[in-house]
Amino acid sequence: MATITEKIAKLFPQVGVATVDGIPQFTVEDKDWHAVAEALRHDPELAMDYLVTIVGMDWTETLGCIYYLESTANHALCSVKVTTADRENPMLHSVEDIWHVAGLYEREVYDFFGIIFIGNPDMRRLFLSIDWKGYPLRKDYDEDPALNPISIESERQSDTTDTYVEMPDGKIEKKTVEIFGKDDFVVNIGPQHPATHGVLRFRTAVDGETIKKIDVYMGYIHRGVEKLCESLNYPQTLHYFDRLDYFSGHHYHHCVCNLIERAAGIEISRRAKVIRVMMDELGRIASHCLFMGTFCMDLGATTMLFYTLRVREQILDIMDKTCGARMSFNYECIGGLMADIAPDFVQDVKALLAVLPANLKEYDKIFTGNVIAKNRMEGVGYISKEDAVAYGVTGPSGRASGWACDVRKTHPYSIYPELDFEQVVATEGDSMARFKVRMREIEESAKILAQLVDNIPEGEYCVKVPKVLKLPVGSWFEMVEGCRGTFAVYLESDGQTKPYRMKIVPPCLPLAAAVDYMTEGQKIADLITIGGSLDYIVPDMDR
Amino acid sequence: MQDLSFITDWIHNTLRSFLPGWATVTVECLFIGVGLLLVYALLALFYIYYERKICAAFQCRLGPNRVGPWGLLQSFADMFKMLIKELISLNHVDKFLFALAPYLVIIASMMAFAVLPWGNGLQVVDFNIGIFFLIAVSSIGVLGILLAGWSSNNKFTLIGSLRSGAQMVSYEISIGLTVVTMVCLSGTMSVGGIVQEQSDLWFIFKGHVPALIAFVVYMIAGTAETNRGPFDLPEAESELTAGYHTEYSGMHFGFFYLAEYLNLFIVSGVASLLFLGGWMPLHIPGWEAFNHIMDYIPSVVWFIGKAVFLSFIIIWFKWTFPRLRIDQLLSLEWKYLMPISLVNLVLMVLIITFGWHF
Amino acid sequence: MEVTTKSMPYEAWKDNEYIESLVKELQENGTNVVVGAFDKLINWGRSNSVWPLTFATSCCGIEFVSLGAARFDMARFGWEVARSSPRQADFMMVAGTIVNRMVPVFRRLYDQLAEPKYVIACGGCAISGGPFRKSYHVAKGIEDIVPVDVFVPGCPPRPEAMIYGIMQLSRKMKVEKFFGGVNRKEKQEKFLAEHPVPGVND
Repeated sequence: MATITEKIAKLFPQVGVATVDGIPQFTVEDKDWHAVAEALRHDPELAMDYLVTIVGMDWTETLGCIYYLESTANHALCSVKVTTADRENPMLHSVEDIWHVAGLYEREVYDFFGIIFIGNPDMRRLFLSIDWKGYPLRKDYDEDPALNPISIESERQSDTTDTYVEMPDGKIEKKTVEIFGKDDFVVNIGPQHPATHGVLRFRTAVDGETIKKIDVYMGYIHRGVEKLCESLNYPQTLHYFDRLDYFSGHHYHHCVCNLIERAAGIEISRRAKVIRVMMDELGRIASHCLFMGTFCMDLGATTMLFYTLRVREQILDIMDKTCGARMSFNYECIGGLMADIAPDFVQDVKALLAVLPANLKEYDKIFTGNVIAKNRMEGVGYISKEDAVAYGVTGPSGRASGWACDVRKTHPYSIYPELDFEQVVATEGDSMARFKVRMREIEESAKILAQLVDNIPEGEYCVKVPKVLKLPVGSWFEMVEGCRGTFAVYLESDGQTKPYRMKIVPPCLPLAAAVDYMTEGQKIADLITIGGSLDYIVPDMDR
Repeated sequence: MQDLSFITDWIHNTLRSFLPGWATVTVECLFIGVGLLLVYALLALFYIYYERKICAAFQCRLGPNRVGPWGLLQSFADMFKMLIKELISLNHVDKFLFALAPYLVIIASMMAFAVLPWGNGLQVVDFNIGIFFLIAVSSIGVLGILLAGWSSNNKFTLIGSLRSGAQMVSYEISIGLTVVTMVCLSGTMSVGGIVQEQSDLWFIFKGHVPALIAFVVYMIAGTAETNRGPFDLPEAESELTAGYHTEYSGMHFGFFYLAEYLNLFIVSGVASLLFLGGWMPLHIPGWEAFNHIMDYIPSVVWFIGKAVFLSFIIIWFKWTFPRLRIDQLLSLEWKYLMPISLVNLVLMVLIITFGWHF
Repeated sequence: MEVTTKSMPYEAWKDNEYIESLVKELQENGTNVVVGAFDKLINWGRSNSVWPLTFATSCCGIEFVSLGAARFDMARFGWEVARSSPRQADFMMVAGTIVNRMVPVFRRLYDQLAEPKYVIACGGCAISGGPFRKSYHVAKGIEDIVPVDVFVPGCPPRPEAMIYGIMQLSRKMKVEKFFGGVNRKEKQEKFLAEHPVPGVND
């Protein structure tokens, strides 16, 4: 779309326009940024209503952010670069009022780079404790463990948050805001709680059984993967991507491999492509199976877990034979695959496809048709399409609200354009829809597998890749559809063997941010339903 | 049909022959106490094993099979461990009430044991208001749960116990109404009397439609009374960690754990008493030979067999259904079960007045 | 004395030297007959009733779920009574990375476990920090935070390895002494004395 660059250039002549990795990039001064954002979001032709991510950057002299935006109408992407030269007290303007999810992403950038966002109502650290010294993703961060020692003392807790407001005279004023009301009964759910699916913490203000407000705390499994990637060479960084969302290991590997192969100009064989897609879809089935099991367990129907795990175990067997592990496969590598498929791979996949329909029917009978389950899920945790886009709720959860956001269709990669499958979209937007969308996605994945299982082409599984892989100077952005939504990686290279900056865009982070919005006025039990139906993975959001 | 009272009579007469009256009663009380405790402990252990095995069967698993033959000793091992597990003393709790709560819960379930008709002539006391006494003592349990939740000084336990309070108080109404319905049919409140009334035909057949409705309502309300799934909100794992007993450790937790299973037994025992004839064998009018054969099966086996079967159904509920939400739980009781039982009571009275029952 | 469990031949265990030395150490002062019999009974109970705490931070937790499922069915050994409240659990399977922010929470959970309590460090992250060892926000192994009884390596360990790990723990429980004598507990007390909980004075 040529008009976007023309349009912005016409509206804001001072904005720099370039094309980076096929995506138009605007370089904006901070003072113009809010106006440009307004134009991008509200112009009827551009309608960049989905903020994919905010990439915090440290270019040693300057700090800044790169905003990736997408229009849900025509799936056009663009990026905006905003920088500040002030390293001591860096400040940018917040766009939280334009894209709701920006509120959380800006907190993340503040946590890692110390950039303060003017107008963001909640400027606390996101992953690290409030007493953490330094901003870890800055290039001059002091990693001395003595500065931030491991302590068994409970961390300091604040009931207030800061917000920076721009006064009419241009002065920035810091304000302190109470998180909860004085008389609120606050229940602490997590980090160690059976239903938070990992170590997530909700401070929940309740009125009897009704939830008034939820304050989400993350970082209980923040492992600093983005920083670790900067010290490793490209093939080495791959193995972290199995351990983010451990169900989408194949998808995440697929994304990073695609990105690095594109950047290095490596063309992989068709055989590798087909196997990668098959592994993705197998992984998706396994993940959705586990989702159904754990979700039903959260609702109290423990038995369902054991039925869904049966299918998952069968898939894990297939993976085990080919990848050599039940989890953390580390199978896809730059140039193709680590190893060829096991001899009975085709036969096993066929066996799986044979039993899958009967199993799905059984799940439907046991759970979906149950009157208690219906009452628990229908109408609970409703989120409209507009809100889903504003909160960045992608994946099956977003599609349940009617937002067709499947990256396999919107930005087709690998061999997906050749495949015949449907994007599952529902319109109800409640927990039941999210459950059903995943159930139908299993069927679609099975459809893809059925198309490919007899058509795995001959060829080499891995092409030759230089031993020491160096990428040219530049930046790249790649998206794939993980099991839980849009997963993206932003890579900036300075020509060395190691990435200069590797930004991981996890699908689960916005999901957690949407929990507060979706649970307001619902019951405590609904928090569990909603959390379960969103199916977030905490190590993925924390990284 | 064997009357087991000859054993108790024999013991009574033997003791009476060399002891004064007050001493006989004391010794008999001791016997009964020890006997009940033993039955109590063994039943609870059996139930724990029973539930674990059934649950495993529903989930395509094997269940305990390593400790002892077929894993039979598994719950014994659990008990030994629990007995010597540390009792954590907490700061900032009401120490007296905190320690009292588990005993209240266990005493409530134990007192209900006194009036259960174990067999023909095997009953500790046969009040003329036995069934009323049963309902009364089983309500003490909720007090223990409320105390446990409140005295722990923990928000999860508090929410759990509040849920439990609301739930048990509500469902007791349905239980009470169904019991009244059946008392109408039997014409007596004495447990022995109720059983004798069913010597020709069990109440569930005798009272046809209203008795069937009462049975279904009782089973649902009874499941809720015992805080078992799908009504296990007070201890909903995925919501409240472990509910009202989150802060209890060691044997104090063990008491809650045992009481849960014994309440299950009591609820199914009462159901079998009210609807399936207590220890009364299956009698069908006109089938003399069949009735005679049925009489050969000891009455104790009949009673425990019925109770265990009904418990199986309740356990089946738990491992099949998802949990209700608190508002759904209460609306189920106040909008459906209670009106149904009220109408059912009127129906039963009509049937009795016009003599339409069998 | 050959310490083993049902259907597990003594030779099949990997570290018999360790358990033998432990037994030797424990029995140095001889055993009273009566007390010894009681000990046996109690240890039989303890070692056969090992209830885990539902605690997982990342990948290993999913394998722990698989361990409970039909295929590996830890219920066979009586381990399926996973308690969500630490007061009622016997051991903690530390499945996953422990990061700086989690450390106080994790230590508190350990302190909340009722005695006798045990810890299994499950997976590379819990043992040493694993692939994240060089990170700025990861504890380099949980050994500095709580005393560990059994280590189960792997990333994540297979469910079979977890079963073996818990069996090893149960074997260790079998040789413990409840009444007097040297006990594993002493080591724990020494550890806690070296790593006191701030703000708590007994």
